[in-house]
Amino acid sequence: MKIHEYQGKELLKKFGVVVPRGVFCPTVEDAVKAAESLGGKVWVVKAQIHAGGRGKGGGVKVAKSLDEVRQYASQILGMQLVTHQTGPAGQKVRRLLVEEGADIRKEYYVAALTDRTTQKVAMMASSEGGMDIEKVAHDTPEKILKVFIDPEDGLSDAQATELAVGIGVPAESVAQAVAALKGLYRCYMETDASLAEINPLILEGNGNIKAIDAKFNFDSNSLYRQPEIVAFRDLDEEDPDELEASKHDLSYISLDGNIGCLVNGAGLAMATMDTIKLFGAEPANFLDVGGGATTEKVTEAFQIMLKNPKVKGILVNIFGGIMRCDTIATGVVAAARETHLSVPLVVRMKGTNEDIGKKILSESGLPIITADSMAEAATKIVAAVS
Amino acid sequence: MSILINKDTKIITQGITGKTGQFHTEKCQEYANGKNCFVAGVNPKKAGESIFGIPIFGSVKDAAAQTGATVSVIYVPPPGAAAAIWEAVEADLDLVVCITEGIPVRDMLVVRNKMLRKEAAGGKKTLLLGPNCPGLITPEEVKIGIMPGHIHRKGRIGVVSRSGTLTYEAVGQLTEIGLGQSSAVGTGGDPINGLKHIDIMRLFNDDPDTDAVIMIGEIGGPDEADAALWCKANMKKPIVGFIAGVTAPAGKRMGHAGALISGGADTADAKLAIMEECGFKVTRDPSEMGKLIKAML
Repeated sequence: MKIHEYQGKELLKKFGVVVPRGVFCPTVEDAVKAAESLGGKVWVVKAQIHAGGRGKGGGVKVAKSLDEVRQYASQILGMQLVTHQTGPAGQKVRRLLVEEGADIRKEYYVAALTDRTTQKVAMMASSEGGMDIEKVAHDTPEKILKVFIDPEDGLSDAQATELAVGIGVPAESVAQAVAALKGLYRCYMETDASLAEINPLILEGNGNIKAIDAKFNFDSNSLYRQPEIVAFRDLDEEDPDELEASKHDLSYISLDGNIGCLVNGAGLAMATMDTIKLFGAEPANFLDVGGGATTEKVTEAFQIMLKNPKVKGILVNIFGGIMRCDTIATGVVAAARETHLSVPLVVRMKGTNEDIGKKILSESGLPIITADSMAEAATKIVAAVS
Repeated sequence: MSILINKDTKIITQGITGKTGQFHTEKCQEYANGKNCFVAGVNPKKAGESIFGIPIFGSVKDAAAQTGATVSVIYVPPPGAAAAIWEAVEADLDLVVCITEGIPVRDMLVVRNKMLRKEAAGGKKTLLLGPNCPGLITPEEVKIGIMPGHIHRKGRIGVVSRSGTLTYEAVGQLTEIGLGQSSAVGTGGDPINGLKHIDIMRLFNDDPDTDAVIMIGEIGGPDEADAALWCKANMKKPIVGFIAGVTAPAGKRMGHAGALISGGADTADAKLAIMEECGFKVTRDPSEMGKLIKAML
């Protein structure tokens, strides 16, 4: 789960990381009032959407007067902000953050994440702040420093100092940078984050260290014990179909193709998508109905897939283990009837009660095409839609 | 022979009295030598009782001491699952198989680091399979986990995968063309887990009754690449490789918590390329896995 920058900064502040003074603003009037109350001569007006790359897309502006604050706020609020992470349609901006300007002497990058190889928490830091860190990692990997932390020990002063000194924080500011790193680490652990990134962390002209941006991702397995994080959830930022699917305990992701697919198991679902592509079409979605699919769940899954106007055909691929093929077949027949299915449907089922399942499909009187292998199923659905 | 488990393995079930635990324990008991293998259950509130004829103990330590069991399987719900793993590790078992899906990643980080510390201090090393995995099976001997037993046949092909149903797909293909399996192992879909592809490939390489291996992976993490590099230098047996997720978009969690592309090396294409370089017969058509391995024997 992702949150907005202003929410991330609230969290960081709670853990002692210094952030600029700022106000969350849902309207243009609020933005102007916020700038007035913050005082000073320079303000930053920042679009709040979950995607990165907001600055390049025109979603972050520096205002040098209250008139400019008004001008930028009205430009940004309501715009379709397009970044490399939003896709071509962009994301509508519904929230703004107005902050005091900062006197940036130097930009750094710091982040905490879970390292799968060492099975420890990795704290990363770089002198190349404000840049795309993937690019830094690719072009100049030596400019990214890492320390690995056993959660039983936590981030030590020595490790934090190693990072701060390593990325070139001046001696007089190292103590502040260490405090920021330790705050970031504690914040990462205590909120069950899967990524906590500050890019940039800045050194101000006066030697102070401040977090100018905040990007968080949270482990969805842990949300049950993080009510404060769940309260930050912004449903406007989520795909409505994915949201609907999650309410029915279905794992669904929208894609760009025209073949809907319904599969049990995440690995088999991806393999099914890949097979569709291999045989000449593109999948419209990822959909894992999980281990305990009922007729109701299969019907929901059909409805969600069919909401997508691009879907020209559906491929159902089930490996019946604990879930029996006859249960799925009954669900598929009911769902096809209830949704008045008008696009071609190919069903491939294997495993427990395969024969009974096939019988249910053929006796339904519905024009369901059956297949034995994944390759055959993909070939048939691709032929049916073209 | 086989890897990790066989007909003589004695197993404790943690979470045996829950709905999932009961359902699968019964299925595991019914499979091959299961009646003799599943010897104990654990539930501190029901110690002294029994279920399906299996005695329930108050702790893993008690269960192991009383029955001589060396392996446990965990169906405990996510909030208590990491503690259940640690209880099994503290009881010095050989192998813990954690089926539970949805364990907080931080809990797994903590328990994995505790396990490493225990080993570093000279304590007994307990292997962990999973979490969020289907378990493992040695066909016609014993199955530990949630896979459908009837699709398996005893044979000489090893299967390893992170995903459950994709493992069944490979097993189903093998059985259909008359090849059986020595063992089939699911390492699980979580980012922080125990045994990885590389560990299972080592075991299959050393197993005199495994002739060839199907290794299945998916997007996210370094496991498949690590295993491929190890195999290039060490593996003496033919391998067919498949990676799921060529069509998966970056930055989206594809069902499994660990199936997420966050950098170039995480993609299916990158993993397929490394596996090919390391001498695997890779395929982009998962329907071919069985056929390809047969052609290599």
